Amino acid sequence: MLLRVVDLHKRYGREEVLKGVSFFLEKGETKVIIGPSGTGKSTLLRCINRLTEPDRGRIWLEDVEITSPKVNINRIRAQIGFVFQDFNLFTHLTALDNVRLGLMRVKGMGKKEATARALQELARVGLADKAKAYPAELSGGQQQRVSIARALAMDPKLILFDEPTSALDPELIGEVLAVMEDLAKSGMTMLVVTHEMGFARSVADEIIFMEKGVILEQGPPEQIFYSPKHPRTAEFLRRITDLYGGNR
Amino acid sequence: MNLALLGGLLGLGFVLGVLIAILEVYGPKILRLCASVYTWVFRSIPEILLLLLVWFGPSQFGVQISPFFAAVLALGLRSSAYQAEIFRGALQSIPSGQTLAARALGLSRLGTIRHILLPQALRLSLAGWGNEFAVVLKDTTLAYAIGVVEVMRQARYIASRNFPLTLPAYILVALLFLAATYFGLFVIGKLEERLRIPGLEARR
Ligand SMILES: Nc1ncnc2c1ncn2[C@@H]1O[C@H](COP(=O)(O)OP(=O)(O)OP(=O)(O)O)[C@@H](O)[C@H]1O
Ligand SMILES: [Mg+2]
Repeated sequence: MLLRVVDLHKRYGREEVLKGVSFFLEKGETKVIIGPSGTGKSTLLRCINRLTEPDRGRIWLEDVEITSPKVNINRIRAQIGFVFQDFNLFTHLTALDNVRLGLMRVKGMGKKEATARALQELARVGLADKAKAYPAELSGGQQQRVSIARALAMDPKLILFDEPTSALDPELIGEVLAVMEDLAKSGMTMLVVTHEMGFARSVADEIIFMEKGVILEQGPPEQIFYSPKHPRTAEFLRRITDLYGGNR
Repeated sequence: MNLALLGGLLGLGFVLGVLIAILEVYGPKILRLCASVYTWVFRSIPEILLLLLVWFGPSQFGVQISPFFAAVLALGLRSSAYQAEIFRGALQSIPSGQTLAARALGLSRLGTIRHILLPQALRLSLAGWGNEFAVVLKDTTLAYAIGVVEVMRQARYIASRNFPLTLPAYILVALLFLAATYFGLFVIGKLEERLRIPGLEARR
């Protein structure tokens, strides 16, 4: 098992956002998390690399316990990619520098080697010609692809995606989803929060439906989409297809 | 003399200012409080009083410091408090997503400050820094009160020896300051242009 999450709890003030979430991820698997807004999906992803500290529960990346107080969290984070809804590219750095920063400053790689690797990752997301561009000179879709390249360059064991296309204009969503689909096919392990049901249906090995801080149902896309066991799942899917249309 | 004074106090103010700003924003609570008290104190005391305090203070305890050093110290400490506020504003205006992304990559707190936050904050504070430069340039004339032979004092010498030259001497000093301010702001403007991030900031 590559990632194991057991009984995760998180509370903000009086509001309990995660109420005991457990699941796992095998190597090479893509799981998609869906669920209504405010359900704790982002909180869950951020707890996994401890950008947010969980209150209770344990998480393992392979055989290392991430939630152990003794762990060097920076070492763990370097092995877990994170792709944000609003990209969060470093605004003062070019695309190339964004991608090679982690290689040089976290992994201690030399400049030459880091540059070669960064260019390779930029090419992989179709942006070899934009290496010298600054984030503000790129479209949203291009920025998100740079941020995926930035995550990829670190050779992560797992990439977490938090609504990677939600901040994009509709015509730019496709290019990002295409990169993610390629990644999934190439054997990358991915945990994706998204409202893109088309992507979930065609790419996910398994779908996790979350509501109000708990996992209500999980299973292969066929089950979730065509014969959901939980009435809330069916209701959520009906609402989301009304909102976003069915075939994306 | 004024330029050496200016260089000294700006340098001291810059280094201290950046440090204090970082402490004020990212430091542990107790240091944060100290930093706030520091900026409050050094922004509250009139500069001429500060100058006299730093100049006369040590000599009461038998420590003699040169007037020049006292002037750099007093004006530098004061400037550091203002510069700290400039940087603090810049640091706090950086969106939190920048920090999140850096930490998610595995960068440490210090690494994040050094590679992500400082470079952005320094750019953002250039305009404020230009303003501070123009202010402290004029403050250097205050050093005359504790006997530093700076340009104002020299003008007074000339005036006291040769009365008809009084007005021309003062006008000359004024012109010198005009030129120095112009030159300084020109350099900072150039720097701003050099460091402008393409696509991000509006061109002038
Ligand atoms: N830093 C925080 N401080 C206080 N409350 C927070 C914080 N972050 C999240 N919350 C609260 O936790 C709840 C879950 O938020 P979260 O962002 O995890 O939901 P989500 O499922 O990702 O929603 P969305 O689909 O809108 O992104 C929300 O009610 C939110 O207000
Ligand atoms: Mg969210």
